[in-house]
Amino acid sequence: MPFIPHTEDEVQEMLAAIGAASIDELFDEIPDSLKLSQLDAIPTALSEMEITHLMAKRAQQDGEPTCFIGAGAYDHHIPAAVWQLTTRGEFYTAYTPYQAEASQGTLQLLYEFQSMMVALTGMDVSNASLYDGASALAEAVLMSVRANRKSKSKRVLMPRTVHPAYRRVVRNIVKNQQIELVELPFDPQTGVTDPACLAQYAGEDFAALVIPQPNFFGVMEDVDALTDWAHENGTLAIGVVNPIALALLKPPGLWGEAGADICCGEGQPLGAPLASGGPYFGFLCCKQAQVRQMPGRIIGRTLDLDGKVGYTLTLQAREQHIRRSKATSNICTNQGLMVTAATIHMALLGTEGLERAAAASYQNTQKLVDALTAVPGVEVLFDQPAFHERVLRLPAPAKGVLRSLAAHNVLGGFDLSGDYPELGDAILVCATEKRTDEEIETYAQKLERVIQLQGGVTCGLVPKE
Amino acid sequence: MSNVPNDLKYAKSHEWVRDEEDGTVVIGITEHAQELLGDLVFVELPEVGDTVDAGSECAVVESVKAASDVYSPVSGEVIAVNEVLADAPETVNQDAFGDGWLFQVKLSDPAQLEDLLDAEAYTDIMESEEH
Amino acid sequence: MLIFEQSKPGRKATAQAPLNRADVSAIPEQFRRKQSAALPEVSEMQAVRHYTRLSRKNFSIDTQFYPLGSCTMKYNPRACNSLASLPGLVSRHPQAPASHSQGFMACLFELQEMLREVTGMKAVSLSPAAGAQGEFAGVAMIRAYHDARGDTARCEILAPDAAHGTNPATAVMCGYKVREIPTGPDGDVDLEALKAVVGPQTAGIMLTNPSTLGVFDRKIEAIAKTVHEAGGLLYYDGANLNAILGKVRPGTMGFDVIHMNLHKTFSTPHGGGGPGAGPVGVSERLIPYLPVPMVAKDGDEYQWITENERPESIGRLTAFAGNAGVLLRAYIYARMLGREGMPRVAEYSTLNANYMLKQLQSVGFQAAYPQRRATHEFIITLKKQAKELGVNTMDFAKRLLDYGFHAPTTYFPLLVPECLLIEPTETEDKATLDDFIDAMRSILEEATVDPELVKGAPYTLPVKRLDDVKAARELDLAWMPVVE
Repeated sequence: MPFIPHTEDEVQEMLAAIGAASIDELFDEIPDSLKLSQLDAIPTALSEMEITHLMAKRAQQDGEPTCFIGAGAYDHHIPAAVWQLTTRGEFYTAYTPYQAEASQGTLQLLYEFQSMMVALTGMDVSNASLYDGASALAEAVLMSVRANRKSKSKRVLMPRTVHPAYRRVVRNIVKNQQIELVELPFDPQTGVTDPACLAQYAGEDFAALVIPQPNFFGVMEDVDALTDWAHENGTLAIGVVNPIALALLKPPGLWGEAGADICCGEGQPLGAPLASGGPYFGFLCCKQAQVRQMPGRIIGRTLDLDGKVGYTLTLQAREQHIRRSKATSNICTNQGLMVTAATIHMALLGTEGLERAAAASYQNTQKLVDALTAVPGVEVLFDQPAFHERVLRLPAPAKGVLRSLAAHNVLGGFDLSGDYPELGDAILVCATEKRTDEEIETYAQKLERVIQLQGGVTCGLVPKE
Repeated sequence: MSNVPNDLKYAKSHEWVRDEEDGTVVIGITEHAQELLGDLVFVELPEVGDTVDAGSECAVVESVKAASDVYSPVSGEVIAVNEVLADAPETVNQDAFGDGWLFQVKLSDPAQLEDLLDAEAYTDIMESEEH
Repeated sequence: MLIFEQSKPGRKATAQAPLNRADVSAIPEQFRRKQSAALPEVSEMQAVRHYTRLSRKNFSIDTQFYPLGSCTMKYNPRACNSLASLPGLVSRHPQAPASHSQGFMACLFELQEMLREVTGMKAVSLSPAAGAQGEFAGVAMIRAYHDARGDTARCEILAPDAAHGTNPATAVMCGYKVREIPTGPDGDVDLEALKAVVGPQTAGIMLTNPSTLGVFDRKIEAIAKTVHEAGGLLYYDGANLNAILGKVRPGTMGFDVIHMNLHKTFSTPHGGGGPGAGPVGVSERLIPYLPVPMVAKDGDEYQWITENERPESIGRLTAFAGNAGVLLRAYIYARMLGREGMPRVAEYSTLNANYMLKQLQSVGFQAAYPQRRATHEFIITLKKQAKELGVNTMDFAKRLLDYGFHAPTTYFPLLVPECLLIEPTETEDKATLDDFIDAMRSILEEATVDPELVKGAPYTLPVKRLDDVKAARELDLAWMPVVE
């Protein structure tokens, strides 16, 4: 019996101790009418060898194309030590550190994680993770509505330059609490949130303004001005940031005169593999004043009976297992193992390493843009300062081009035509520090051929049908 | 058995009320309530100027393992809160009926005081809960 | 010692980053940070040694018996991790086209089908990232269903007083009020109390069956009938699915929507607090509202089902397909169990729990529900010991750590005083259970002879009991560099 150690003799001894004739008798309180006889649609058991064959086949089937897609998940180098350490049984098979004395490894690591996030973001405190970047933004929005005591409106300003999937997730999670998301358009020339458009909301009651940096198009928003505008209007500023970019960019804690109040984002670039979209982790940081409105686990440093330093879950009265219907969130299990990887990742790279990874991603994306825009008809949209993603407009239908590239094992970018039809045949491309000059060159060659084959359109501005 | 001063009024939900006889009352939680909660680590108070209704939640007292709502026993406007508790929530544990007061309310309906429990009635409730 | 305290500015020993530092001066200064983030600067060996040493300060399933009630801390097979980490799977970008995802999508599709069969529901979506998000999806679907029918007066979710805290917290996140239903003295939901409060305002009820009291609610069919007749729906919290896997299906019990915790029943690692995965299954009438994405099969081809195909869906709850890597691990586990292995999970976890309960009773512990069968977990109450010896549940829990066992769940459910909720799982052998029972007997003796010994535990761990009050009063949540 896979994974079940009992011998027949032991089963008999145990049943005798219980006073039951058979294992079936142990289910005698369940009405017979409910009992199930068979599971026809479930295949019979596979040995480890058989499942290994099957999974090897399936993994191979999907190939390993060269990835120039970012759009919320980034292909960074993960040091070998990260997952060798993270999958040590003592991290991998422990649970939420409810028994602090028997969980000091996980607890100290989480405290180190919180400290690293505070260093990166310039905020006062960090929690110990949420599910992913999108759900972290939803929690940040809910948190802002609770925390902004001056605001009575439950309205939040949400720029269209925030990741479209994040905006959907936020809406799906907050809508049942009557929170209204007011969309802010972007400037079609620059690809950043239109400051003129903010003016019309001045003096109105909003709980928060969301500020992405870099935004979904890879472009830098004027975060100082946006943060100051929020504060002048009694609105909290929520930053949505990329943790690798933060190695180079101004931390949200220093945006504008007073800094952002809350910041969140996707932790995946810190040591989590792409892995089809998860598990990743969301991070959430805030100012000290908001800490009791923060959802999720938080670890604190304290002393034991002998005065020795130790770590423990703290501020638990915010959480569902104590506060039940009045909790800050329903979150229980978070993404502990991914945070373990992220902490080890940041320790291995250190300040210098993270900065180099960020700078190389920035530089590679520049190289990619140069190579691709050398292809006739391909142009950059939003020629503004950017980090490691760029919007390109193609002279042929984006969908078809990307499909042909994929057939050549190049994942050429994220098709923007679904979420931003006004941009025409636009794609979002990314080259992290992992992409080589050769891979970039190959992409450019293939793109040129594909565009030629797709009709060799000479005018780059054919609107999409 | 906890101390239950005779000169105060009480609510079933373990708040005490001290009539200042100037149209205002001071409100706190009883010694019994703080004993049930254990060491307090945080007290969330209403803001001065807030309007509270009798029976409405208007503060939270928090220990490591529990958080409990405090209900205002009377209606009116909050005219003062105990600022000391922000840095020293343990004051409630040390002196629930004195320095550990929570907030002061200007009564909008002084007749509500008549509906509150006296020390004897509150003691009965406390004892019945223990059995 | 913290990793930060081993850091020396300027060490730059990293071999993991690009060798050179690219020029970023073209980024305008207004966007750049002026001062580097104060991350640790250590060598690879320092980091490896530090985190290896930290790991050794943890209890884990791989090193200790971990009978944490309601958490199903069963063995996590190694193959699940190594196979889910194969290069083609682990490097797949979430936006990769379906043409380059057929292998991955085949696993998801088959997992959907297996979960559908074993729960008796009509359709399954794998996308919620954890149990609590599965609960959110479930209650949001209940709401979407009522709203679509114009039945908007239903403003209340019912939940037993023994429910997990996530249940009421979720109902509130979905915009509902929560009403608690009391539990009867036998551990079943008080059916009369339920009948008294259901009505046109009832949107649904959230139930865990077997409940968190470690018993199977025998009146489940009557509960389902009562709630359905009032127009409400039944939500099944799958936290305890391990107890009935392959034996009883929530669909047969009358539930309309269910979430499963794959990190419990399907043996994916708990990871020091996640990641989990919380797939949801539904009855016919809730299918249109299932969260996306899901996988469909058309001939030999797998396709994504998104918001476009399901306009009435409650939508997506994470940016991509949920905790995909967790789903793969659960898939591998489910295939290794197969049709024959699934009922064994329930059978042997129930055998282990009933054996432990009986043996603990025989050495002097009190069952919370002595007249009932245990399911895959059970509750003992130390009320008597707390009163007579002054040694409470937390003291027992801490002393167990000294004996090399992770403590069971303490002080939950809230309605049983001084309780331990004990769940051994099917993967523990009899000898381990016997050792635990011996430890409990021994601690009971210690508590009788020398209560102070037990109250001062633990003694053998990296730290003694921690000052939680200080932690909460004097918040120290992040290390700060010493300013010189």
